[in-house]
Amino acid sequence: MIADRINAGLRRVPPWSLYVAGALWAAWLFFIGVTNPPTPEPINWLEREYGNLALKLLVVGLAVTPLRRHLRINLMPFRRAIGVTAFFFVLAHFLVFAILDVQSVARVWTEIVKRPYVTVGMASFLLLIPLGATSNNASIRRIGAATWRKLHKLVYPAAILAAIHYLWLSKGFQIEPLVYLALILALLTFRLPWKRLRPAT
Amino acid sequence: MAHRWKNDLTHADVTPKSAFFNRRQIMAGAAGLGVASIAGGVSAQAALVPNSFEDITSYNNYYEFGTGKSDPVDNAHQLQIEPWSITVDGLVDNPGTYSLAQFMSGLTVEERIYRFRCVEAWSMVVPWNGVELADILTRAGVQSGARYVAFETVVQPDNMIGVQRGVLDFPYVEGLRLDEAMHPLTLMATGLYGQPMPKQNGAPIRLVVPWKYGFKSIKSIVRITLTETEPPTTWSGINSREYGFYSNVNPTVDHPRWSQATEREIGGGLFASRRDTLMFNGYNEVAPLYAGMDLSVNF
Repeated sequence: MIADRINAGLRRVPPWSLYVAGALWAAWLFFIGVTNPPTPEPINWLEREYGNLALKLLVVGLAVTPLRRHLRINLMPFRRAIGVTAFFFVLAHFLVFAILDVQSVARVWTEIVKRPYVTVGMASFLLLIPLGATSNNASIRRIGAATWRKLHKLVYPAAILAAIHYLWLSKGFQIEPLVYLALILALLTFRLPWKRLRPAT
Repeated sequence: MAHRWKNDLTHADVTPKSAFFNRRQIMAGAAGLGVASIAGGVSAQAALVPNSFEDITSYNNYYEFGTGKSDPVDNAHQLQIEPWSITVDGLVDNPGTYSLAQFMSGLTVEERIYRFRCVEAWSMVVPWNGVELADILTRAGVQSGARYVAFETVVQPDNMIGVQRGVLDFPYVEGLRLDEAMHPLTLMATGLYGQPMPKQNGAPIRLVVPWKYGFKSIKSIVRITLTETEPPTTWSGINSREYGFYSNVNPTVDHPRWSQATEREIGGGLFASRRDTLMFNGYNEVAPLYAGMDLSVNF
């Protein structure tokens, strides 16, 4: 079975390697942005690189459960690392926006209040903060597994808001943000309690 | 008539040719050799002179070739510019279709170093080469009923990936009020840095209206039409709340999705600071064109 072989391969990868890879990649992008950016406007470029990667990781994170349930591919051991790495890229995205792009606290606030796409992005970020903060065994023990699971369902609205944020900041009709939104909605659709929606026979 | 307008940007604001072609190679070479003094010298020059040929030709909006900033430089080589013809029609005494050479004959190409402010809140300084639109319109013989000038960009579906994808309703169209079009600042540019216009910048001929947001400066023009009524323009057609017909650079009227109070100068690197955006992009001599108009309504 392909799934078994994939799972066997995945077992050889330690989940912490994802944190290392994420940190190295973020640092590498920053280094490229400083030394030899692929565009004359590296601020916007770095902001988008971090944001885009965060969105990708959110999609992968949301795919973990459907992949296991429907294709029996087990990414469960990586789920926390995927989520936490996504959170750190959102944080990096926000820091580039605030410090390098907008460059003042007052303007950051104005942007959040006045620009709907920033408001939406910020809302997504805020929803992810408690998830990032409780992504450790001690927190799960302290608040209880059931509450923890409920709390971490916040990633659903956060992911939708992130996709809307991307869609909203794009000019004209662009495919990529729509693809992300569609993927996220599709992955969330897998989680709907379909059986309960069926009429009783 | 050439030389009606005098510049406050000088050649000191332009990267010298020797530096602009190879700034990256020079810096890479200097870094490789570990010659700090050379690198320091080059970056000091870069601080003085914001925009290199490379910046101007690799960071573009030209949606016919894709929506990304580097799509035009990657894809615009497909643009066919030979032969090129331009139709001048509408309310003119001498309508006709001209080859580019016919169109330019008898006109004096001059250099104009203009600030260029994009609606997306970034800016550049570009040394354009071109002729005043006024000279072209005068030659065409503007009739008394004409009040606006409409412009149209070429559509070459086979060569334009953005047209194939339908990112906008092409052809791209723009327009100016006749007095704006006749203003000595308004340029029909055929080159930059003394080179023929690069394709990604709107070869072979484009409009440059330096006191308006960049999208007004329509590229690769094939038609100029004098009209009595305000012509449709692409972006205001897509979203009239975000993009008005006038689209003058105005730090006090925000784009609904972002502030226009400040701008980032392209080429300043990852730690570039923002600067305040100037009314009419600093070209206050156009203010009389809008006397008595509420520019927050006519944005």
